Amino acid sequence: MIPLGYTIRNILKHKVTTTMTILGVSLVVFVFAAAQMLSYGLKSTLVSTGSDDNAIVIRKSSQSEVQSIILRDQGQIVGTSPEIARAADGSALYTNEIYVLINQPKRATGELANIVVRGVTPKSLELRPAVKLIAGRMWQDAGSEVIAGKSAAERYAGCGLGEKLRFGAREWTVVGVFDAQGSGFDSELWGDVVQIADVFRRPIYSSVTFRMADTTQFEAMKARLENDRRMEVDVFREKEYYAAQSRTLAGFIGIGGTIVSIIFSLGAIVGAMITMYASVANRVREIGTLRSLGFSRLAILISFLIEAMAISLTGGLLGIVGASFLGMLQVATTNWDTFSQIAFNFRLSTAIVIAAVVFALVMGLVGGFLPAVRAARLKIVDSLRAA
Amino acid sequence: MADIIVTARNLSKSYYRESLEIPVLHNINLDIPNGQFLALMGPSGSGKTTLLNLLAGIDQPTTGTLTVAGEEMSRLSDRELARWRARHIGFVFQFYNLMPVLTAYENVELPLLLTHLSKKERRQHVETALGIVGLSDRMRHYPRQLSGGQEQRVAIARAIVSDPTLILADEPTGDLDKQSAEEIMTLLSRLNAEFKKTIIMVTHDPRAAEKAGLVRHLDKGELDG
Amino acid sequence: MKVFKLIIRNAMRHRLRTFLTVLGLALAVMAFGLIRTLVDAWYAGARIAPPDRLVTRHAVSFTFTLPLAYLEQIQKIDGVSAVTPAVWFGGIYIDPKNFFGNFAVDPVTYLDMYKEIIVQPEELKEVLADRRGAIVGRRLADRFGWKVGDKVPLIGTIYPGNWEFTIRAIYHGRDKDTDETAFLFRFDYLDEVMRETAPGRAGQAGWFGVKINDANRAAEIGAAIDSRFKNSWAETKTETEKEFVLGFIQMADVLIAGLRIISYLIIGVILLVLVNTMVMTARERISENAFLRVLGFRNFHLIGLILGESLAMACAGGIAGMGLLAMTSRLVGQALSIYLPGYYVGLETYVIVVAAAVIVGCLASIFPIQRAVSIKIIDGLRVVD
Ligand SMILES: Nc1ncnc2c1ncn2[C@@H]1O[C@H](COP(=O)(O)OP(=O)(O)OP(=O)(O)O)[C@@H](O)[C@H]1O
Ligand SMILES: [Mg+2]
Repeated sequence: MIPLGYTIRNILKHKVTTTMTILGVSLVVFVFAAAQMLSYGLKSTLVSTGSDDNAIVIRKSSQSEVQSIILRDQGQIVGTSPEIARAADGSALYTNEIYVLINQPKRATGELANIVVRGVTPKSLELRPAVKLIAGRMWQDAGSEVIAGKSAAERYAGCGLGEKLRFGAREWTVVGVFDAQGSGFDSELWGDVVQIADVFRRPIYSSVTFRMADTTQFEAMKARLENDRRMEVDVFREKEYYAAQSRTLAGFIGIGGTIVSIIFSLGAIVGAMITMYASVANRVREIGTLRSLGFSRLAILISFLIEAMAISLTGGLLGIVGASFLGMLQVATTNWDTFSQIAFNFRLSTAIVIAAVVFALVMGLVGGFLPAVRAARLKIVDSLRAA
Repeated sequence: MADIIVTARNLSKSYYRESLEIPVLHNINLDIPNGQFLALMGPSGSGKTTLLNLLAGIDQPTTGTLTVAGEEMSRLSDRELARWRARHIGFVFQFYNLMPVLTAYENVELPLLLTHLSKKERRQHVETALGIVGLSDRMRHYPRQLSGGQEQRVAIARAIVSDPTLILADEPTGDLDKQSAEEIMTLLSRLNAEFKKTIIMVTHDPRAAEKAGLVRHLDKGELDG
Repeated sequence: MKVFKLIIRNAMRHRLRTFLTVLGLALAVMAFGLIRTLVDAWYAGARIAPPDRLVTRHAVSFTFTLPLAYLEQIQKIDGVSAVTPAVWFGGIYIDPKNFFGNFAVDPVTYLDMYKEIIVQPEELKEVLADRRGAIVGRRLADRFGWKVGDKVPLIGTIYPGNWEFTIRAIYHGRDKDTDETAFLFRFDYLDEVMRETAPGRAGQAGWFGVKINDANRAAEIGAAIDSRFKNSWAETKTETEKEFVLGFIQMADVLIAGLRIISYLIIGVILLVLVNTMVMTARERISENAFLRVLGFRNFHLIGLILGESLAMACAGGIAGMGLLAMTSRLVGQALSIYLPGYYVGLETYVIVVAAAVIVGCLASIFPIQRAVSIKIIDGLRVVD
């Protein structure tokens, strides 16, 4: 094998050219990684919204809480299910909730956004231990007070602590802000279920969520509830339900990002090719010498491929490092499955790093292949004669 | 090892450019015994380099047979030739052909990377070779930090480091001043006398040729006598 | 001109490299154009909305419905010439992956207001004769291979149950940009089913399309409508159709922003590729340029040569890229047509590409020029390689 040091030092010799190529690759990998991080960030935010112990009931085929309608007596039926865990005081650990979208302007742009107002019960907080009040207090007058998730409080007009907003022909004061540990609840407003249903004249629930007494019995319980003639419902593990809510947008960003990156990479690959052809052209005589020393064509081919891949790998790592800074950035957008605003972070994972590195290496391989073949195919006699 | 290292029979070589035949070598017959120091002389364009290239297996004859170090060259595949060269041939060029990005030490080490020697063994070989050419103190230098004569001595060290059967040198002094040329020639004849190396050297310089055991002339592609 | 010839000869000295550079630029230009066109197409719905059409919806959010009785009251407001009710149905055809827009409308008034939707009169008659009749867009019909007379089942998400419709008409768009992927069925049918199964949800419209007499009075008429329902339990929000559509388009704001950023990064790649080549060229020509100066050429000659070569490659790349763009955008447009109508390259995109090529061509020559001009002649002559 031709020593790695030879390859590396040749790369370092032409600093400007190498830098240009590295930057090109890093831009592509940055875009690729950023898209995957966005997709993964959305997915993990929604996955963390659900808990393993809980199950959620929505109307059959409704796909999400926005579209779901559970009649009040149906909610009571679910609440009496024997599979529900009990609280310390012996009461069943379940909550009927209503889910409403309201338009509220974004603080940043003034554009209207769909914010979730969730009507909850005291049990809602028990079922979601991650949710903690971090400022202000719980509502006392349920008819005019709500609390806001910390992303909602930050991002939307009228949702900050002490601010007022209008919906359902009433004025509401935000009296508390809660932290839901980066889950989807952080983007919601919470109020009392009875009051919320009342002001919107929706005497219904959107969903019923409960703690399972025995999570292994989930399938049996699901079958029982879904076959109950008195209601037409779908039952999901809460975690799976929320994970599914990220499917459309996360999938779109992930796949779309990959396609765009691939189109994008064509230019960078050609750039790498130019650099590698120049690298071969500058070293024709060296190649001849190596061959006359007894190095095979294959050794030359591999040496140039390694050179190309070392360049692209450096670019790839640079792109990943650049993208990792995006982790500090929070994005809020409409989740296509719920039509509501959700805030989430760019999020890096090992799988994304590996995919990005592989992507970079493939770019190097593709860009370096033809030049490497040319180097390997040079005739020794001709290359020794080269000036 | 056979006593005769090179056997050429009716060796001819032509180049073709746009269907035009350019004959370079005609009916060369040559036997070179082990341990010989042969100088090849001849006017520019007479085919000296071409002959050397054939002997090194980096070019193929048009007709005729050539056996070097016991192998009939036409029988070897490209890959086998590469392995064969690494084992049997040490090449010294007029313009040294060192890798500019490698140090003297690393340049000399290059051919050994094709062997199975351990790192330690390689160091011994490289140090010995650089010692023979008198550059032990320049191991860490890059080619551009060396004079022409020193560069050529590194190239010679590279040529002998793997202990090849045959050393081929193409105008090794062609690009050097008198003093350096002298040193190179002394070095080559020492390699021949002391280490019993078989050397074939192309040169234009009659004083260089003097150091060789035998001088032969190539003219218009034909070997004298 | 001799200089021009020299520029071309210089560029042709490394044919492969020049070819690759132009190819790299062309591919990047193509990628830039494809992405920009995607953003444009996304906004097509808002772009084509005529200014004399408004939409009245529930003030809280589009998930709330309005009483159908509002229709007559809106009709009475000064400046309003027509009103038509519609509701988002949100049905699923077999699998959520087969997503397409489906809503209930009043066919006669709806088609009267949305003139860009063209239905043959005979087919419209069939729709009016069949309560479960549906009107589908041409591209949507193509996508699933539907013909007039086919039965299409939809699973209700908002309106529970399994619904079945019969295609009675296939509509064409009047303009290139018209959405031909919608599925429309009869509002009165939906309402009737609701009255039987969920009486509380009957008599409700998702929104009202409102046509006005004078586009200049849009804001005023909108305000008049909203104030009519102020302090009722279902307050309204009236906006122009353009604003209404934009509200939905904004749901992809992150993606659009991302694509915009990427399109600028692509220009960065174009610059990198060209700078790379120009730097190589500069390195090779050091001694040559020094020699030209020995002969008496001045700095501006060298600048002209280098800038000319850089611009020539940038423009060749730009032109080749536009060619590629014209070809690929057609293919992409066809592939996307079932989701996103109106995917075609706007003149503006071509203009930007040309401008970008010229700017990039100039930028890429700065470094080589600086190098050629600043080096001392004797130093330049000594450089070989
Ligand atoms: N690849 C080639 N294609 C065509 N002709 C060639 C090629 N290589 C060598 N020749 C021709 O073959 C002849 C011999 O060349 P060669 O290099 O062997 O000469 P030489 O004796 O080494 O000369 P010098 O002393 O100048 O080095 C020359 O006329 C040369 O032009
Ligand atoms: Mg010669």
